[in-house]
Amino acid sequence: MKAKVHITLKRGVLDPQGKAVAHSLASLGFAGVNEVRQGKFIEIELAETDPAKARTKLDEMCRRLLANTVIEDYAIELA
Amino acid sequence: MKAAVIVFPGSNREHDVARALTASMGSPPRLVWHGEAELGAADLIVLPGGFAYGDYLRAGAIAARSPVMREVAARAARGVPVLGICNGFQVLTEAGLLPGALLPNATLKFSCKFVHLRVETGQSLFTAGYAAGQVIRVPIAHHDGNYFADADTLNRIEDKGHVAFRYCGEDGALTPSSNPNGSARSIAGVFNATKTVLGLMPHPENAIDPLAGGTDGKPFFDGLIKALS
Repeated sequence: MKAKVHITLKRGVLDPQGKAVAHSLASLGFAGVNEVRQGKFIEIELAETDPAKARTKLDEMCRRLLANTVIEDYAIELA
Repeated sequence: MKAAVIVFPGSNREHDVARALTASMGSPPRLVWHGEAELGAADLIVLPGGFAYGDYLRAGAIAARSPVMREVAARAARGVPVLGICNGFQVLTEAGLLPGALLPNATLKFSCKFVHLRVETGQSLFTAGYAAGQVIRVPIAHHDGNYFADADTLNRIEDKGHVAFRYCGEDGALTPSSNPNGSARSIAGVFNATKTVLGLMPHPENAIDPLAGGTDGKPFFDGLIKALS
């Protein structure tokens, strides 16, 4: 089973990389970009075939390693 | 007095801190490779600067989950003093031994220069060599030193006196221009709840010799070793 994990900075956490990307887009002439927030995307191949069990396991992976919940949120998507 | 310096793949300031400890202790600390099963007897554990595990995922994230850190956390829980400098500070926050997190510098630049720090308290093992309010000059060398915690956490650590050092000007004033990385409330170093664990981004171990630009870091190690002896 394949899982996609999206990790994003929490609202209120400064994202200077996102800001730099937004400035660069503006300098390329892309108007109307209000905000850019940069995050991480992680693909995981699991041996587990039960979606509920996979989700539980992935949630624990996110809490214990993949995301730092002091500064980041995460979202899990099962393919 | 026995000190252990933990060495991860990618650590690079372990010899700097070993040199500073040796100068204050009179004998060298033990360098402990992260894969060694036994940490051995230690009155002080130090996590040095560097880029443990290449800072993969997040700075300090992989090192914080390495087997040796379980032992470090167990010792810290028993009250053994633990000092994390720069990357070591990042590892300690990632391991949950200190509050908050270290984000990339607000400037997005690696910053390597001398800065001024205000010592917030002399009442700790780690700051016994200084007086509260004293301004010291030590170097920083980091890309991810932007201290972050939510407002409740910041208020709590300030109320309880768990801020050890803040970035400041030469006169001790806290100004945006003297904050090199965007750290919340200019925080450069924090204690845990019992003040037996300290993490700081600056490098006092690189300010112990006039040849290297200053000696303001020497009282840090002299005071710590005296307090532990």
